[in-house]
Amino acid sequence: MEGNCLYLNLGDDMKPNQDVGIAGYGVYIPRYRIKTVEIARVWGRDTRAVPIQEKSVPGPDEDAVTIGIEAARNALKRGNVSPEDIAAVWAGSESKPYAVKPSSTIIAEALGATPHVDAADWEFACKAGTEAMQACFALVASGMGKYALALGVDTAQGRPADQLEYTAAAGGAAFLVGKKKESLCYLEASHSYVSDTPDFFRREQTRYPVHGSRFTGGPAYFQHVVCAASELMEDVGYTENDYDYAVFHQPNAKFPIKAAKMLGFPIEKMMPGFIVPYVGNTYSGSCLLGLAATLDTAKAGERILCVSYGSGAGSDAFSFVVTDLIEEKRGLAPTVDVYIQRKKEIDYAVYSRFRKKLVM
Amino acid sequence: MEISRNWRLKNQRYRLEGTTCTCGQKSFPPRRICPKCRENPQHTVQFSGRGHVYSYSTVHEAPEGFEEYVPYSVALIQLEEGPLVSAQLTDVDPEEVSIGMKVEMVTRKLKEQGDTGLIVYGYKFRPVLRC
Amino acid sequence: MRTAVIVGIGQVAVKEHWETSLRDLAYQAIKEAAKDAGVDNIDALYIGNMLGGELSGQEHLGALISDYCGFNGIEAVRVEAASASGGAALRQGFLSVASGAQDIAVVCGVEQMTDVLQDKVTTGLSLGLDSEYELASGISSTALFAMLTKRYIHEGCCTPEDLAAFCVNAQKNGVGNQYAMFRREVTAEAVLKSPVVADPIRALECPPVCDGAAAVVLAPVETEGNHNQNHDCKYECDTPVKITGSAVATDSIGLDNRKDPLVFESVKKSTQNALAMASKKQEDIDFYELHDLFPIAAALSLEASGFAKKGEGALLGRNGDIALDGTIPVTTMGGCKARGNPVGACGVYQAAEAALQLRGEAGKNQIECSTGMIQCIGGTAATAITHIMEV
Repeated sequence: MEGNCLYLNLGDDMKPNQDVGIAGYGVYIPRYRIKTVEIARVWGRDTRAVPIQEKSVPGPDEDAVTIGIEAARNALKRGNVSPEDIAAVWAGSESKPYAVKPSSTIIAEALGATPHVDAADWEFACKAGTEAMQACFALVASGMGKYALALGVDTAQGRPADQLEYTAAAGGAAFLVGKKKESLCYLEASHSYVSDTPDFFRREQTRYPVHGSRFTGGPAYFQHVVCAASELMEDVGYTENDYDYAVFHQPNAKFPIKAAKMLGFPIEKMMPGFIVPYVGNTYSGSCLLGLAATLDTAKAGERILCVSYGSGAGSDAFSFVVTDLIEEKRGLAPTVDVYIQRKKEIDYAVYSRFRKKLVM
Repeated sequence: MEISRNWRLKNQRYRLEGTTCTCGQKSFPPRRICPKCRENPQHTVQFSGRGHVYSYSTVHEAPEGFEEYVPYSVALIQLEEGPLVSAQLTDVDPEEVSIGMKVEMVTRKLKEQGDTGLIVYGYKFRPVLRC
Repeated sequence: MRTAVIVGIGQVAVKEHWETSLRDLAYQAIKEAAKDAGVDNIDALYIGNMLGGELSGQEHLGALISDYCGFNGIEAVRVEAASASGGAALRQGFLSVASGAQDIAVVCGVEQMTDVLQDKVTTGLSLGLDSEYELASGISSTALFAMLTKRYIHEGCCTPEDLAAFCVNAQKNGVGNQYAMFRREVTAEAVLKSPVVADPIRALECPPVCDGAAAVVLAPVETEGNHNQNHDCKYECDTPVKITGSAVATDSIGLDNRKDPLVFESVKKSTQNALAMASKKQEDIDFYELHDLFPIAAALSLEASGFAKKGEGALLGRNGDIALDGTIPVTTMGGCKARGNPVGACGVYQAAEAALQLRGEAGKNQIECSTGMIQCIGGTAATAITHIMEV
């Protein structure tokens, strides 16, 4: 395994006391797409140097909440649970519609999970969804709740003409956590790796974030992703050979491929979850959508490594094993591919209108 | 800015809750008294959101608060349980809509009360997405 | 009940009255009506108005207008039933006089719509719909009628050309009405080529945004039983026009809650009751001032009021039965389409126009008649108000 981990602290993995897993998962990707060559055309850039093929664009009536509601409904379809049994609805996003007012309460209300439920919004750039999921595992494993719902949803905004404009996309996923016996995949262990690394940030009241350019690579994405994954595997006693799939946070096409290489994963193991070329970077939804896409095709007994990344910075790494329930549950809601294939192409003018970049 | 009024309607708007009567009549919006047999009270029911287009049109001159969405499609949807619901259509181009088309409910933004006010969420309908 | 008669009428030309306020529009109509009736004092004033509050920030029109017109102190109220407000005011005036409660009552319909911009007008007109379940989804009044039109065409009842015939007929009749906003003919082709407002409804099928006021003076046909001690209930009128039938009926406010959206039950009930009260049948009606908010409203009104079978209302347009020389002339002075639709005033314009026909004062548009039916609908026919008038 290559690495540029500055230090290997070999901290312990997080293992739940009771066996828990994913009882249901659901996704949502908006219908609209803009091709990156169209964005390049408008700004006079080289259309051969675009980082992905196209990205999803939310419609005028969509936001992180509406994305979350549909993803959550799909998760409940697969989970086949009554919304009143959900103990927590925890939504992670960095594009909340309200700066102050939780998105999770709206989602919980729409599901019918209110009022006897915990609801909160989580925040950690692109790993807001996985940290909500991590906490859901802890809640259910502790016996404090029967089911807990984690969501990672975003409608990321890219500054016009900025490099990030090619990839800032919209979409999300919801994961209903429950006991292993009801789960289509169960959790073996998780490991978080976090440091104060300001690779990408946005001050309050400003519209677009600051991107640390090449600083977002080595010291940020790769340090945290590779270390979280390595330390997870080290503690649980696996190598890359024990995994059938590897899903990484996908800010673009290059980073996850390089991370896979650094960890020794052949690229084929990444492919089922590798959706960024067709959808873009859905931020808090990215790694979770990749995980969902992997579950859409995985077989019982297969093992999945899932590693998120959030700027600021940190990674949550998870080790999952798919169960027998996957076959019967998978078909109960639309797959990631159904949403990817449902698309309508728009040009930069319509994109500007939808993303409210036009001064009225 | 209307806050409590929109809040009062969330069960209907988010979950398509209506009422049903022992005589079999189903109503949306919810009713206190059955329009068919006048029985009172009525029982709450959540409609599935599945139905088909009874009729539709496209709005080019919008009421206040909806101007930014123009043009948008609206429809009378016949729910599979029976009632007709008036709603916007979404995720579909006007030329793709037809009477009889199967649709399903989704939750979307209905409107925003300016830049500082409430975001009003509610039901719209879109062509059924296959599983 | 006494017999109530219309003894005076007054109309303001329908147009964009930039220089005339709401209260002044009413004043002009009332002054003309009072003069026509030869009355100096009145006992009661009923104002038909829908949008005064929303567009002019002015409610409480009874008190405002009665005092402004020099009738300080009388019974005066505003009556509202969305676009049927004019008919609702007429109904109140009729009941007031026929019951003996008052002797000389003026009914005035008035609307000032052009002080605001289009989006506020669209919103205002949509206040006659279900605000929580229709308007809340951005569905306008026009969009609802558009959906009815589409469904009607889908069920094979007519073609778009058949419906355009109602506009062509109305515009043709508008030519002979000095108070009409539009006084030139239009072809079906031009109607169907005009821009789409809410598909399939086109701009030339929509009534214009306009201002106007109309008033009628009601009195008992007998002068005995005078309950008002302040005057002697005198009026001057060569041809009083009797109101022999008056009925209001309602239905669910939302189109989505009707038994069959294409059947205007309120129109059916209101027509039946008004005709019964007047001891008349459809064949006795010489003309029908229906509420042509849109061509589909005219077609469905003809069906519901018994002049055509279900699904065949538009055929009357296609076959020319609705023309002045047809079997059931409609909108004889231009209707909403050509005379114009100052919303709350419409029902009173209909009364004034019917009175002109029955008095023999309709000029180029004169029909041979002794009995007419006027009717206005509120919203998508959640209210229907019908009056039968005779000489």
